[in-house]
Amino acid sequence: MKNKYWQEGEPFVWGTGAALTLVLLLTFSLLFVIFRNGLGVYWPAPLVLFEMEGDDSYLAKVVQEEEHTAGLRYQLKIANRDLYSLDFTWIRADNIQERKRPLDAVLLERRSYGDFHGFLDSLVLPGLEVKEDASSWRRLQAALAALAPHEAKIKEFQEKLSALNHRLTTLDKKIAKLRYQGEENSPALFALQEKKIALRHEFEQHLSRQGALQSTLQQNRALFRDAGGRAMDIPLTAIVRAYQPNQMGFFAKIRLYLSKVWELFSAEPRESNTEGGLFPAIFGTVMLIFVMSIFSFPLGVLSGIYLREYAKEGFLVRLVRIAVNNLAGIPSIVYGIFGLAFFVYGIGGSIDQLFFAEQLPAPTFGTGGILWASLTLGLLTVPVVIVSTEEALGAIPGGLRESSFALGATKFQTLTRILLPMASPGIMTGFILAMARAAGEVAPLMITGVVKLAPSLPLDGNFPFLHLDRKFMHLGFHIYDIGFQSPNVEAAKPMVFVTAMLLLGIVVVMTSSAIILRNKMKKKFSVTH
Amino acid sequence: MMNDSPQAIISIDEPIVEVRELSLFYGQAQALFDLTFDIPRQQVTALIGPSGCGKSTFIRCINRMNDLIDGLAISGTISLDGRNIFDKSVDVIDLRRRVGMVFQKSNPFPKSIYENVVFGLRIGGINEKPILDETAEKSLRRAALWDEVKDRLHDSAMGLSGGQMQRLCIARAIAVSPEIILMDEPCSALDPKSTAYIEELIRDLNGEYTIIIVTHNMQQASRISDYTAFLYEGELVEYGLTKKVFTVPAKKATEDYITGRFG
Repeated sequence: MKNKYWQEGEPFVWGTGAALTLVLLLTFSLLFVIFRNGLGVYWPAPLVLFEMEGDDSYLAKVVQEEEHTAGLRYQLKIANRDLYSLDFTWIRADNIQERKRPLDAVLLERRSYGDFHGFLDSLVLPGLEVKEDASSWRRLQAALAALAPHEAKIKEFQEKLSALNHRLTTLDKKIAKLRYQGEENSPALFALQEKKIALRHEFEQHLSRQGALQSTLQQNRALFRDAGGRAMDIPLTAIVRAYQPNQMGFFAKIRLYLSKVWELFSAEPRESNTEGGLFPAIFGTVMLIFVMSIFSFPLGVLSGIYLREYAKEGFLVRLVRIAVNNLAGIPSIVYGIFGLAFFVYGIGGSIDQLFFAEQLPAPTFGTGGILWASLTLGLLTVPVVIVSTEEALGAIPGGLRESSFALGATKFQTLTRILLPMASPGIMTGFILAMARAAGEVAPLMITGVVKLAPSLPLDGNFPFLHLDRKFMHLGFHIYDIGFQSPNVEAAKPMVFVTAMLLLGIVVVMTSSAIILRNKMKKKFSVTH
Repeated sequence: MMNDSPQAIISIDEPIVEVRELSLFYGQAQALFDLTFDIPRQQVTALIGPSGCGKSTFIRCINRMNDLIDGLAISGTISLDGRNIFDKSVDVIDLRRRVGMVFQKSNPFPKSIYENVVFGLRIGGINEKPILDETAEKSLRRAALWDEVKDRLHDSAMGLSGGQMQRLCIARAIAVSPEIILMDEPCSALDPKSTAYIEELIRDLNGEYTIIIVTHNMQQASRISDYTAFLYEGELVEYGLTKKVFTVPAKKATEDYITGRFG
């Protein structure tokens, strides 16, 4: 009886099932942890006023509670970094005298020093026309709304200034080039210099106008006090958002949540990346994958075709195949080092010597940039594409090749009209794997061009629009940077989960669109119906 | 077994294919031994013999399909209309347009029915729609498939039944108007009804094309062919009018094989 039980393999069924369950459990807990921590970040939590024994009082968000040896304790986000120097603190539950949720508690998101928790006292609004008769809170809202167009104008100025600055730098480069070529007194140089003076003049005019506008706007101020009664004078231009979380209804909270999510996707980061949006990092990640694909996919597909269709099967081809398979197993940091040595210093350095010698020793291409990072990732993913191309071509029944040849088709015609269309779903699978791998790699990027804060995107409105030499931001690196390199780790923690969620989201969106495409191809080109 | 026995091999007037002293080696192993015979124009010639006797290998020589195999060596000649097809000056692409082929396993391309039929034309550089349309219809009609597919020409060929697929492959071969159609056991993967269809089709094509068919099925050979060649272990044992080979075989081995004593 026992023997039969083992022979029929009942325990094996249980064993395999358990293994699968474990894998699923781990995957789901990964997703659960990330989404649980990530999704709640933007939901406005209530502000609680803790009156403590002694005279201390805190207006804070409760971050977590924990059973400590000395009893229950809470971690609070007390914000107001400019007043308290730390924006998180622990308090013991038995020291709390009273807990309240004051309805007029205000939360300010500021451009610097993080959030502010406090109460609004009065407003000084010399430059804005706001009705006098309303409550201070209403007037603050109205003033912030009235400020918005002015701030848009400042932003416009900034964009203009950055464009001017870009033109100035290009001009400087041209001048340096002419000088380097020994045309010290050429009329072209003079013309450029004159143009530069004119540009600089324009730049300074814009700058002073922007400064003037800014200082008038800065006169609009709001007086707050914190939980302990200390006064705080805050210029309205420093405020990103102001709300009273204890008064907000459900729909107001949803509106706030959505506006913050929108900010996440569209805006640039603030506060050394712990606040604000992630647009540059999202853009950098997606662009990196695209540029990588442009290099890696054609190269991989063509190599795969040669290996399978043209190369004569033998020792050498087998060796190459083994090498390609092993290439996929090399640790990515090794690719990074290769990228640094070969692409950045080797090719980049030579390009600088040949075309940008006048800029040296300041490197143009001889330093990390999105081009070199993409090439490094391309190299890393090319084996995956080669292998899948080879396998896809190999899986096509030989009879189809023969029938095509028998009809008088050449090898090339057979390849392009029959084999490649049929192999395309398999090749797409390789693309998907390559893309997923590329999106997840951080290590090689760290030495080939990723930065924690890039001043400009690698694609923008300034000629020649595509700046492949620029450094870029990346979600994966962002997670590492804010999570482990940030001076204010507690403040950065929510952002770590949000970024992780975004990175997951991008990988899922890119791969699932590729999968949809592949399934369409499969339907079209499948041999089995 | 003597190949040159006068009763066993007949001579043909104005043959389309002349095989002379054809031997074929796969590396060290010899697969065909000194084949010499003529194949008549616009008739059906059946090649019979037990598995591994070299039937398929032989017909794959006629359109040089064997070119694709490594380590294959051929001596002797096959002449098509008097010209040796192994000659260096012969364009293989051109040869394959003159000698079409239908395989054992029907293998339509994963394209529409229409595109399957006109594939040969397209790769030959013909893309004019009226010509393609006309050829597609003509070929499908010739392959007795038109009525079944005329309303779904642009559906995938993968939706057809096995028998229909094989007829599509025949239509595809006919579309480039070859002189010879080689058929390598075209019915062996089909059910009896589809087989009957294909056989009828072959009889119908007789007189217009030269058909060389490899078959395992004795009845089939006797039903559809005008001439029959019996190959055994790479040698041509007997070749003659089908009627004669099946009723009064000149060789004992032939008689044994067709009566089912071995094979």
